[in-house]
Amino acid sequence: MNDVLDVAIRLVIVFAVFMVLPLVVGQAEHKVMAHMQGRLGPMYAGGFHGWAQLVADGVKFAQKEDIVPAAADRRVFQLAPAVALLPYLLVLVALPIGPSEGAVGQVVDAGIFFVLAVMGVGVLGSLMAGWASANKFSLLGGLRTAAQLLAYELPMLLAAASVAMAAGTVSLPGILNAFQWWWLPWQIVGALVFFVAGLAELQRPPFDMPVADSEIIFGAYTEYSGLRFALFLLAEYAGIVVLCGLTTVLFLGGWHGPLGADGLGWVWTLLKTAVLAFVVIWLRVTYPRLREDQLQKLAWTVLIPLALAQIALTGIVKVAID
Amino acid sequence: MPPIPGSGLAKGLAVTLRTMTKRTVTAQYPDVQPELPPRSRGVIGLFEENCTVCMLCARECPDWCIYIDSHKETVPAAAPGGRERSRNVLDRFAIDFALCMYCGICIEVCPFDALFWSPEFEYAETDILELTHERDKLREWMWTVPEPPALDAAAEEPKEIAAARKTADKLRAQDSEQGGGK
Repeated sequence: MNDVLDVAIRLVIVFAVFMVLPLVVGQAEHKVMAHMQGRLGPMYAGGFHGWAQLVADGVKFAQKEDIVPAAADRRVFQLAPAVALLPYLLVLVALPIGPSEGAVGQVVDAGIFFVLAVMGVGVLGSLMAGWASANKFSLLGGLRTAAQLLAYELPMLLAAASVAMAAGTVSLPGILNAFQWWWLPWQIVGALVFFVAGLAELQRPPFDMPVADSEIIFGAYTEYSGLRFALFLLAEYAGIVVLCGLTTVLFLGGWHGPLGADGLGWVWTLLKTAVLAFVVIWLRVTYPRLREDQLQKLAWTVLIPLALAQIALTGIVKVAID
Repeated sequence: MPPIPGSGLAKGLAVTLRTMTKRTVTAQYPDVQPELPPRSRGVIGLFEENCTVCMLCARECPDWCIYIDSHKETVPAAAPGGRERSRNVLDRFAIDFALCMYCGICIEVCPFDALFWSPEFEYAETDILELTHERDKLREWMWTVPEPPALDAAAEEPKEIAAARKTADKLRAQDSEQGGGK
């Protein structure tokens, strides 16, 4: 009985985090982006500096009609938002946020494999939506998503592999337990590659060609409306939370504080995740969109060689200290 | 020396971060009234005591948006044995702000200073016909006309004052000449 309760509580907490953090990131994006452009952003919803803007947006989305185009592949079309969103929820279950055994939804022994594999599924939602919509813009968006997949997946895996080599384990809590402060400069190149590749996976600017609204309406999500569209948007922000959390855990030492200040484990995790989320927003405001071929060039001529160099460096240092 | 690779990217990040720390430029208009510059062209106010129904404004108006009606009244002679005078009395003065293009020619052309720019701008209506405002409304706007802004430090003297000074100087010169002759 106790086990059931334990599992239930963990799931509820993970679900609550999954519902709240993406909204916090979304609201932060509204405000940070506005101020970086000399604007104020939402000011009315909820009274105080528009804190309830996303709640209002949610209510609006819920009221809208859920339309499925006549020519669309109905079942696939309706399933796509769930396929895009749920993988991030599953990844969140496996992310450790604190030092104790209990500070993770579920310890997965092959943590890195699980997390990267499940994150890869999220893209499938965009591909399904792109093909099932029976719309040329959706198809273009889906094709761009597929092309993007070829660019970011390999450097991301290589960078993650470097950390696994350094720690000698693929379990996420295991990596954090093995973490030393000097891993930060040691793995910094891998961290950058992982983060950039992650941005490309999330289709965030400057890698938002699959949804480029000034070119192809909204890519794979063009035909969506109402709640299903909101789920796609939520998936983007949940993706930011997951990517930043994962980068924190793999490269920034998760619950380890600077100078051995590990006391408030989960606060460090949240803080680092928040800073990374800010960087994601910052990059969006600062840089214009790349072209699909520019991303390919970046990935194959810069990111992959860097990731391979990182693995070589990791191997050399690892052998040297052993 | 060639620029360091990526320095442009860093510069871009610096620009956005710096903008974030500065004050925003958003005008929170309905909550905060805008600070309008002097001589703002909001609406035209009428100071009807100064109006002599000379019709110059109505005739100069490029799109004929000023309506003036008047009649003539006879004023009895001021002194016994004098002549009766006639004067114009304003019956209607209206400006159709649906037509007005805010050129300000009527204000420039008025020889008696009866028309003024007011910075008041919140007079939108839901019906275009209601944008024709009669003299009572134009008079209300007259009270929102601000004082004319002070002249610049090195500005030329206003023409009226220059003319008055010239006359005064001339009179003084005559005075002193006559005084010197005696």
